Amino acid sequence: MPCVEYERRERRTPVRIDAVALETRAADLIRRAFKADAKAAAIDLAIACMDLTTLEGRDTPATVRTLCARAIAPAPLAPHVAAICVYPNLVRHAAPALAGSDVRLASVATAFPGGQSSLAVKLRETREAIDAGANEIDMVIDRNAFLCGRDADVAHEIAAVRAVCGDAATLKVILEVGELGSYAAIRRAADLALAGGAHFVKTATGKIGVSSTPAIALVLCEAIADHARRTGAQVGLKLAGGIRTTKSAFGYLAIVDATLGATWLSPERFRLGASSLLDDLLMQRAKLVSGAYGDPARATIAS
Amino acid sequence: MIPEAPALESTADIGVRDRYGLFIGGDWVAPETGAYVISENPATDEPLALVARATAADVDRALRAARRAYEKSWRKIKPAERAKYLYRIARAIAERTRVLALMETIDGGAPIRSVRDVVGHAATTAFYYAGWADKLAWAIGGHERARAIGVVGALVSARSPIACAIDILAPALAAGNTLVLKASTCAPLGVLALAQICAEVDLPPGVVNVITGESDVSATLVEHPDCDLLACEGSIGVASAIRRVTATRRIPLRASVDGPACIIVFDDAPLDAAIEAIVAATYRAGTKTSRSGTLVLVHESLETDVVARLTARLRTLRHGDPLDRNTDVGAFASRTHRDRLAARVDRAVAGGATLLAAPWTPPDVGAFRAAAILIDLPPSFDLVSSDASGPFATLATFRTPAEALERAAAFAPASASVWTSSGAQALYTAQRFAAGVVWCNTFDRFDAGRVGGPAGLRAYLDL
Repeated sequence: MPCVEYERRERRTPVRIDAVALETRAADLIRRAFKADAKAAAIDLAIACMDLTTLEGRDTPATVRTLCARAIAPAPLAPHVAAICVYPNLVRHAAPALAGSDVRLASVATAFPGGQSSLAVKLRETREAIDAGANEIDMVIDRNAFLCGRDADVAHEIAAVRAVCGDAATLKVILEVGELGSYAAIRRAADLALAGGAHFVKTATGKIGVSSTPAIALVLCEAIADHARRTGAQVGLKLAGGIRTTKSAFGYLAIVDATLGATWLSPERFRLGASSLLDDLLMQRAKLVSGAYGDPARATIAS
Repeated sequence: MIPEAPALESTADIGVRDRYGLFIGGDWVAPETGAYVISENPATDEPLALVARATAADVDRALRAARRAYEKSWRKIKPAERAKYLYRIARAIAERTRVLALMETIDGGAPIRSVRDVVGHAATTAFYYAGWADKLAWAIGGHERARAIGVVGALVSARSPIACAIDILAPALAAGNTLVLKASTCAPLGVLALAQICAEVDLPPGVVNVITGESDVSATLVEHPDCDLLACEGSIGVASAIRRVTATRRIPLRASVDGPACIIVFDDAPLDAAIEAIVAATYRAGTKTSRSGTLVLVHESLETDVVARLTARLRTLRHGDPLDRNTDVGAFASRTHRDRLAARVDRAVAGGATLLAAPWTPPDVGAFRAAAILIDLPPSFDLVSSDASGPFATLATFRTPAEALERAAAFAPASASVWTSSGAQALYTAQRFAAGVVWCNTFDRFDAGRVGGPAGLRAYLDL
């Protein structure tokens, strides 16, 4: 009976979120302890799922090439990272540096981080990044439209960028959760990204104060899990902004493992966007291998 | 894929003694008959310690010690002094949370992750009531001359014994009473560790006495003419048995019945949170109260969805060693407790219910059982009369709020929670719920019981 089906859909929109329960559960999930084998595996998984990122006005071809070298071989016997993430202008310098490796090349696009440009400019920027060699696009949603309630415009723009990406690039949709105002709004934005055909839903640009928190990660995990239940599509999750320590990375791994399951714990479906996190992961890794902590200054190559 | 590596808590230095006597009059004494029983670790079946098996003569001794302490010292000292002792006890519990939690875990089988929270909360409770000791005149409105009652006889449940004991001990001492706590021989180590703390903080001898024994000792204590007040934290069966005694003797009873919980999920509920609430109350509550053994009432339009989500969630629960910090579902307090549940579930399945269990095979040793949901229960099945509890939920459906309330009332839940996004619906349902505590989503709004807060003192005061 179509009308029953319609009512069921209506009833579930919007998805209800109990903030207290959500935060309690997230705080509980991140208490999972990773020891011994689990710790070693989790460190390597976090490295393998990392989008090593530099998004600074002071980035130059030289700093990007250093980053690429580090991405390919973070440390002896350590896995390579999933991707590097740079501004569109620098894609053409990164591409040759990554050639021959399995590290993917992500570029932010669509007037990152504010997203305050016309759709035509955003699509052109996306196209140029892909032409220069990017095979992953991190777009920002139009928060201006979202906050004004023009959800259809947001979805339309995501679908348009997705169309430009085609089969050539993986599309990650940045919600910039810190600007959306509530967990329910974050969930709504995530649902728009999922409906628009995103390959990954991503939390934040890292350019504003509030970015990824365990509770926000949990909201996105539930959105992705519901989408998978409904459509069978396994959309990825990228957490970015403010993830600096191994401990916090482990917390997010625990959340993804508990909600989406082990199938999501791979670079195809999970990413950590970060720059300084790699240093801490490598220090913890060295500690497991050698039994002693190294000098923090030695773990750091890129700044 | 991350391998599962155990994150075990060490029990190397928690100081479990080989043998525990009875704590009477400030001393550890042997039971009159010299009888001891072995307390086992229910997760490994290994013996932990010998604990005294008290008899009627020991109950006499303990009550005499409590009476003497009440008359000779405790009722005479200044309220601020009483507070001082209680603060010391609270501080000692807070400092030894880890050790106390480990004792309770190896003895009672509940996972360390939940036990350490519960023990931490016990310290908070003790701190809270310590503050009331010298402010009793303000505790209950209109009763400025409230005084202590006398000697409290208390039965401590085998589930979460430390928290149960403190829930009684803290308000009772703050109000100026003395106590005889009877702990079950099934999981007594936590309460015995509390007795040790009472000794170490120089609490006057006899103010707190701890005896361990079987149910015959409980009966002796309950019927003993020297108790001025009875307190119990336990099943509805125990509470009603005591109620029969107190009715004829006209002494007060403060019963906190740790019966089952009922969770009502309306069709506009935040579903992810509601599912977690079911999981937390049913499978991970461990032993906090026996909220385990939950009745879940879901709106009929959600049944398929909730069953699917719960079944999926059961797969991600970690079963096993209670000492592993990642374990969600530990062991039962004893094989007896487990078999009681098994018998009940078997009866339901024989009556036509379906059991959906987590895909986990328990080891050969230990009192384990996989978490499960019981669905399609025959309408005639008696949900109430069983004392069985454990990691299982019973799922039933409803159409209207009135029907939900009716089904819940038949279940006689000790606590309930209502999941909805409608404030009006939450208030309507919660107000009509006959349960000790009713949560609306995560908010503890309707505390109809007499536990916690200044109201928790009322039972221990002569108003």
